Amino acid sequence: MQHTLVVLVENNPGVLTRVAGLFARRAYNISSLTVCQTENPAISRMTIVVDGDDTVIEQVMKQLHKLVVVHKVLDLTEETVVERELALVRVKVKSDTRLEILQIVDVFRGRVVDMGRTNLTVELTGDAEKIDAFVRTIRPFGLMELVRTGKIAMTRLDS
Amino acid sequence: MAKEKEKTTYSTGAALLLESLVNQGVEIIFGYPGGAVLPIYDALLNTSIRHVLPRHEQTAVHAADAYARVSGEVGVCLATSGPGATNLVTGIATAYMDSVPIVVLTGQVPTSLLGTDSFQEVDIAGITLPITKHSYIVKDPRDIPRIVKEAFHIASTGRPGPVLIDLPKNVLAEENVVPKPAELDLPSYKFFTKGNAGQIEEAVRVIKESERPVLYAGGGVITAEASEVLQEVVEITNIPVVTTLMGIGSMPSDHPNVLGMVGMHGTVAANHAVNDCDLLIAVGVRFDDRVTSGLGQRFATNAKIIHIDVDPAEIGKVVRAHVPIVGSAKLVLEEIKENLTPPKCEEWWTRIRTWIEEKPQEDPNILTPQAIIKELGNIAKDDAIVTTDVGQHQMWAAQGYPVKNPRHFITSAGLGTMGFGLPAAIGAQIAAPDKQVFLVTGDGSFQMSIQELATTVQCDLPVKIILMNNGVLGMVRQLQKLFLDERYSQIQLKDNPDFIKVAEAYGIKGIRVTEVSQIRQALEDAINHPGPILLDFIISEDEVVTPMVPPGKKLTEMLGR
Repeated sequence: MQHTLVVLVENNPGVLTRVAGLFARRAYNISSLTVCQTENPAISRMTIVVDGDDTVIEQVMKQLHKLVVVHKVLDLTEETVVERELALVRVKVKSDTRLEILQIVDVFRGRVVDMGRTNLTVELTGDAEKIDAFVRTIRPFGLMELVRTGKIAMTRLDS
Repeated sequence: MAKEKEKTTYSTGAALLLESLVNQGVEIIFGYPGGAVLPIYDALLNTSIRHVLPRHEQTAVHAADAYARVSGEVGVCLATSGPGATNLVTGIATAYMDSVPIVVLTGQVPTSLLGTDSFQEVDIAGITLPITKHSYIVKDPRDIPRIVKEAFHIASTGRPGPVLIDLPKNVLAEENVVPKPAELDLPSYKFFTKGNAGQIEEAVRVIKESERPVLYAGGGVITAEASEVLQEVVEITNIPVVTTLMGIGSMPSDHPNVLGMVGMHGTVAANHAVNDCDLLIAVGVRFDDRVTSGLGQRFATNAKIIHIDVDPAEIGKVVRAHVPIVGSAKLVLEEIKENLTPPKCEEWWTRIRTWIEEKPQEDPNILTPQAIIKELGNIAKDDAIVTTDVGQHQMWAAQGYPVKNPRHFITSAGLGTMGFGLPAAIGAQIAAPDKQVFLVTGDGSFQMSIQELATTVQCDLPVKIILMNNGVLGMVRQLQKLFLDERYSQIQLKDNPDFIKVAEAYGIKGIRVTEVSQIRQALEDAINHPGPILLDFIISEDEVVTPMVPPGKKLTEMLGR
């Protein structure tokens, strides 16, 4: 099962290597990893999607905790969360498909960020399933290039 | 630890480094000089720190490791950049696997050359990432006091381990350094001390209700200085005790409750007791595959497990614990002791006694390894320290030598590093100059560090070397004999040198022993000899270590019992 872990780490050189190295040598599988500075510039936030059963995830979290550079490890899998991914998708267009593609982009609430004579580039945010669905729909038109950020996530708070 | 002195200016980064080490109480460094660490060696001339010069960097780290194991202090070693640093790798891994606190100092090329493949440049922090508890690359000499303080703190607290500090040459050479305050800045570093009160209560309850309890003690007991309270708990409850290889010395081996070592080469009684127990109290152990036979799920299957360990990641890693307790073995056992009700285990002891069998009578005319170890145990002082290499001799020593005290049996358990023994004897003798230090080694392992005979002479260390010489790589031969139809492959050490002549070449006395009747006299001569001495015991290549649980078999499926 896929688990979404949030790992708060020191924002220092070499920290990513320590975390990635831990996954590699203990044979844990990373599905995706995003990392960036947080509201506190001394801290970076990693969102790591890991594949594994409960025992594996427990070990992953405990081993991460042991790294001196790791402040906090949270498993968001059971939590109510907001999760997003950003994708840029470049697709082939012809004069007779342009309109249909733009309609699809509209349905998925994407945004065209670049448009050429033979192609256009769409920016899309959402959860992984939405992006998967968009890619599936657009693929028959000629998918040229795809880039995804991987998941970022945050727990929902009572408002 | 020495009181920290306040100073504002230092001449160089290297001097600041040494001053910071003195502030941590460091009295000795095991090191080997080279280009990148010239500033440290220059500054060493102006300090009180003693420096031991071995003949290979690997010895520096093993000796620092053994120094730490014997003294309980943090061991310190030093090597230059590049090959000096890579020669430390095996020793760092050895210390990491056995949770030994050491601080490893490596030289590095100047920061301006970092990443350019310059002469003797290697990314040692990167290479050692999986085998260090933490590491630093110092970019600013003003950070040295803080980094040294943090390194010692991390190495020695929680589950101890090696910490590496990589020191670029320009950082060491910089002059007129005004240091920043030496304050720990480790907001995210945490370690556990006291156990959870509820879980301790639960442990007390399951101990009381158990009928067939076994206490399984490991290196964590020794590290946490928990031997005394462990013995008290055992005496209140009358619970039988088995130890791991790392746990040897956690209880006196002649204590009536001690059944001996458990696992692949464990005793019959220990292995049966663990297999049949209804409660396994695991203290400072990690259910290593040499204990469980790689069968975490088939190990002690009838038992509830109380697992006490300072490292939360060890709990649940191999077996599921019914009562997990994260904390220092000493503090947790002290709390358990407070409310302890002894279980009723008389019937259990009756059963255990049927497993405690006398070893079959050996032929008294043959020079066996067991006879050597037994005689050594008879003649050595109670507080003698034994270090070993790795192989058959290690297991014979572990099975047969009567270790009375914690920190007195020094062996590479987790990594199983051949070549550890002589460097460890050097570190042990320096940590305990007034104690007898015996190295039990084999002709294979010994030749991986044989050059260190020079160090024992140079440092005037009266290490007594017990060489079990069978002319083969005995443990590998044993495995090939038992599991590969005696298809012996690359185990002959046919052209071994004359070890007596080798010893003599280094200025060390040597005695060859070929008859069982000579054992006693040779050991007495060794003990009475003021300096280092080598006893070359010629034993048969057919000697095997038994009992033996073949890999993948249950603990009770022992060969050669």
